[in-house]
Amino acid sequence: MAQQSNNRKIIFRLLLGVAGMFAFGFALVPLYNAFCDATGFNGRTKNEAVAYTASHVDKSRTVTVQFLTHNAKGMPWQFKPDIKEVHVHPGEVKLVTFYAANPTARRMVAQAVPSIAPAEASLYLNKIECFCFNQQPLAANTDAEMPVQFYLDPEIPEHITTLTLSYTLYDMTADANATTVAQTTTSE
Amino acid sequence: MSTTVDTLHHEEHHDHKPSGITRWLFTTNHKDIGTLYLWFSFLMFLIGGSMAMVIRAELFQPGLQLVEPHFFNQMTTVHGLVMIFGAVMPAFTGLANWLVPMMIGAPDMALPRMNNWSFWILPFAFIILLSSLFMEGGGPAMGWTFYAPLSTTYSNDSTALFVFSVHIMGISSIMGAINVIVTIMNLRAPGMTYMKMPMFVWTWFITAFLLIAVMPVLAGAVTMVLTDKYFGTSFFDASGGGDPVMFQHIFWFFGHPEVYIMILPSFGIISAIIPTFTRKKLFGYSSMVYATASIAILSFLVWAHHMFTTGMPVVAELFFMYCTMLIAVPTGVKIFNWVATMWRGAMSFETPMLFALAFVILFTIGGFSGLMLAITPVDFQYHDTYFVVAHFHYVLVTGAIFSVMAAVYYWLPKWTGHMYDETLAKFHFWASVISVNVLFFPMHFVGLAGMPRRIPDYSVQFADINQIVSIGGFAFGLSQLIFLWVVIKCARGGEKAAAKPWEGAEGLEWTIPSPAPYHTFEKPPKIEG
Repeated sequence: MAQQSNNRKIIFRLLLGVAGMFAFGFALVPLYNAFCDATGFNGRTKNEAVAYTASHVDKSRTVTVQFLTHNAKGMPWQFKPDIKEVHVHPGEVKLVTFYAANPTARRMVAQAVPSIAPAEASLYLNKIECFCFNQQPLAANTDAEMPVQFYLDPEIPEHITTLTLSYTLYDMTADANATTVAQTTTSE
Repeated sequence: MSTTVDTLHHEEHHDHKPSGITRWLFTTNHKDIGTLYLWFSFLMFLIGGSMAMVIRAELFQPGLQLVEPHFFNQMTTVHGLVMIFGAVMPAFTGLANWLVPMMIGAPDMALPRMNNWSFWILPFAFIILLSSLFMEGGGPAMGWTFYAPLSTTYSNDSTALFVFSVHIMGISSIMGAINVIVTIMNLRAPGMTYMKMPMFVWTWFITAFLLIAVMPVLAGAVTMVLTDKYFGTSFFDASGGGDPVMFQHIFWFFGHPEVYIMILPSFGIISAIIPTFTRKKLFGYSSMVYATASIAILSFLVWAHHMFTTGMPVVAELFFMYCTMLIAVPTGVKIFNWVATMWRGAMSFETPMLFALAFVILFTIGGFSGLMLAITPVDFQYHDTYFVVAHFHYVLVTGAIFSVMAAVYYWLPKWTGHMYDETLAKFHFWASVISVNVLFFPMHFVGLAGMPRRIPDYSVQFADINQIVSIGGFAFGLSQLIFLWVVIKCARGGEKAAAKPWEGAEGLEWTIPSPAPYHTFEKPPKIEG
């Protein structure tokens, strides 16, 4: 019966491996998020307010920051940047605004998700204030100016002369009504 | 778990077997289960193949003729799923069941009852998957890679069925893999050290570890799709803080090792057949073992080469490009060893050898197109075109499936006790090898010219090549009926096969009579040298 106990030992270890890899599949989610936050991989930005900490304003360089907006599928709002692009010196604080209008006859809630290209630049764009930090409600047939205040880290590599900040606007009305789900999404 | 090897010894000493359907339903015999797996895989090969025929019939002419685009998408999706999880993987598991115990001198697989389960849950997985095609809204249509959001936001109502069928396939594969590992570790005959095991046993041993490492990740991925679609989670939904690109990372972390799961056992088969028909020992046995292991390890470091166009940083693209190209080194070692085995050998060209030679040449073509795809900058042109389709059909059809056919012809005398019809088999080979190249080779050109994959219509300038490809496809599909004919004919009768029908064959399976008795190696054989 030594054979049988030996079999069991191997089976147990292999099953442990299976369970471990199943868990690893799910662990890839936080690992991927941590990896993206640390490296700017995939153009994701830190979606939270950053205090102004730049040591200086680098007047010798100018970086073009372009703005793009997209509506996610089924999102009826009008959504566009008030200026298409700005020229900033690294370290300089800029305020830009986006225009949003809710043309429907009902109150809606939206969430904007930012993305930056090239991905490398996402590590150096710091937002002091952004409408994308929170869900944005708009009453029926109303509009709003939504501000973004940001600065570029003076450490931004020399070869980045243009970067694009893109927002995709999602309809979160259904989720905002189901409050539990909304709680988890805003805290992301 | 009372059915250990020891109790089997006491219970059934004679060659009697239960008769009728219950023999197959309740069998714990590795040979019966191997047979079941192989027939199941052939059935799936025909079903998946008929879906390919629908695809090729629609693509025979530009424009939409025969099927709706939505049904076309279901065909490409389910063709992929059925061929990968229904045809290729069960064929290899069937071969492992038949051959691994006979090759290492074991009386059966180590876990015979689990073996029965791992086969018998498989038909249910495919009944679920295939029946979803007949439901309202249709079956899965998001491509076999089920990228989010195609599988979450935009998928059919039948997606839950797809998810459950993949779960069952995964459980089946994992049980099969556990069985292979335990059998190889614990049931080798005395004297059969690891470095004396036949290459087929080695390659399956490594494949089994790959299965255990990645099938659970696939299970996790489909589970996330399930909860995203039905339970309001946001793993892959950007509006909820998730990321659709992450799906691709998780999927290909499974998907790339999966590619090697479908080719490593082929390497073992070819390493058995070429020495037999060249009447020489396999050149560089230990380098073959190490090359197989290195391919398996590298397979975990290359997944993102499927994702070059997702906008990765250049550094990451270079890393994955170099790692991918690195795999060409151990693979090249294998090709070199096979050629070196043939060098100055006394070669003869029976059907298994013909398929093995076609494998070496055509798999290498697939390998080269793989190297082209690995080059990041040019992949931006090749990505999602028919060039990719040509590449993976060269490695999977003329690679994996040709090796399975070679294996069937090679071991069929051992399984049935009869020699197959060599003339008919050669006819099958030539019909297959010509039609398969007519089918897949022109796809390279149409892909380079920019024809996208998975689209039911195409621009008129691709019409001529697509017509040629479709004709090759129909011819290849029909050729497989010859294969069916040869196998049935051989199972029913024919020239009696000797215990060792191939003059140059080596290995324990040739020391037992043909057909292999129901129970073999109840007393472990002695291994010399």
